[in-house]
Amino acid sequence: MQEFYYLYHRIINPDRQMDEVKVIEIKKSIFEENGHEADQLREELKRKGVFLLNLMSSPGSGKTTTLIATINELKDKLKVAVMEADIDSDVDALKIKEATGIETIQLHTGGMCHLDAEMTRQGLDNLPLEGLDLAILENVGNLVCPAEFDTGAVRNAMILSVPEGHDKPLKYPLMFSICDLVLINKTDVLPYFDFDMDKCREYIHLRNPRARVIPICARTGEGIPEFAQWLLDSVKDWKTN
Amino acid sequence: MHELGIVFHIIKEVKKVAQENNCSKVSKVVMNIGEVSTVVPYYLEDCWNWAVAKEEGLQDCKLEIRMLDAVTWCDGCKSEYPTVAHGKTCPHCGSGNTWLLRGNEIEIQEIEAI
Ligand SMILES: Nc1nc2c(ncn2[C@@H]2O[C@H](COP(=O)(O)OP(=O)(O)OP(=O)(O)O)[C@@H](O)[C@H]2O)c(=O)[nH]1
Ligand SMILES: [Mg+2]
Ligand SMILES: [Zn+2]
Repeated sequence: MQEFYYLYHRIINPDRQMDEVKVIEIKKSIFEENGHEADQLREELKRKGVFLLNLMSSPGSGKTTTLIATINELKDKLKVAVMEADIDSDVDALKIKEATGIETIQLHTGGMCHLDAEMTRQGLDNLPLEGLDLAILENVGNLVCPAEFDTGAVRNAMILSVPEGHDKPLKYPLMFSICDLVLINKTDVLPYFDFDMDKCREYIHLRNPRARVIPICARTGEGIPEFAQWLLDSVKDWKTN
Repeated sequence: MHELGIVFHIIKEVKKVAQENNCSKVSKVVMNIGEVSTVVPYYLEDCWNWAVAKEEGLQDCKLEIRMLDAVTWCDGCKSEYPTVAHGKTCPHCGSGNTWLLRGNEIEIQEIEAI
């Protein structure tokens, strides 16, 4: 019987030697290796005293505008650098550099919808880490994929803008469950949308009871000092504890 | 695209394992994909075929996808139910205090290599 099976296999796959094929069991989540790399990166950042924030959101919710307002508030107190991840452009990196004067670099994801720990490390390798207090990663605009890959950041934050609706925490539970901070941006347009701030907080805390929620308006600067203070406290905490 | 990033992660891990086992050619990769993992099997296969064509030792490597059912746990009545049919609300007691037990796996089960 074994003979026959061997013969059968040779006929189907004439160039393959049956007894040489090895089945190797792996049984490993594809996020596992990335998780190890992310942990290593965090350890390294800890040794160097650099705090890395991973900022996520849907496209156009106001990441770049918020970063410009916040960095201008922080740059006398902390040395800040920004990494912009985009599928294919360097508009945001240039915009931030022009508006704040800080160091920025552009990471191209080559068509991918998220950054992983290895790509983040490559980005950090291109930044002068000496004396740097705070590195901010503007992740690819997307509420699904970036949530699945640990970048090695010390904290995750996301921006939800008013026009997107208060039900987003229900629709994208993973994103909200991994964020330490949720900024609710574009509060200036609240009168034009049926966005319910209390409901939104409730839904966020359903997914993540520990998440801090700060309503902001990147356009008028409302709430920006509170976000800046959160960053200052987080950086200080990271460096001392 | 989501699936492409996942394919790159699979390729990286498979190449590592093949090398550790002194294999020069991988002929098949078996993946376990949960029903609610957000991975579309059809796209995953497409991205796979495109990506492995350029990978030494992985050309013509087949991707076998095994789908796993999604199951949700209800804390209200301490029971399980199928996620896809009923979503967040328990069909037994109506509670919304529920969470996913399994079904979001994206896992490499095994490879066949020479
Ligand atoms: N009304 C209003 N508009 C805002 C606010 N913040 C940002 N915007 C506008 O929203 C648009 C998108 O803002 P960006 O800062 O480019 O958003 P982003 O998240 O960086 O976008 P991507 O990088 O393309 O994903 C721009 O036209 C901003 O001027 C706000 O607080 N209020
Ligand atoms: Mg931007
Ligand atoms: Zn129930």
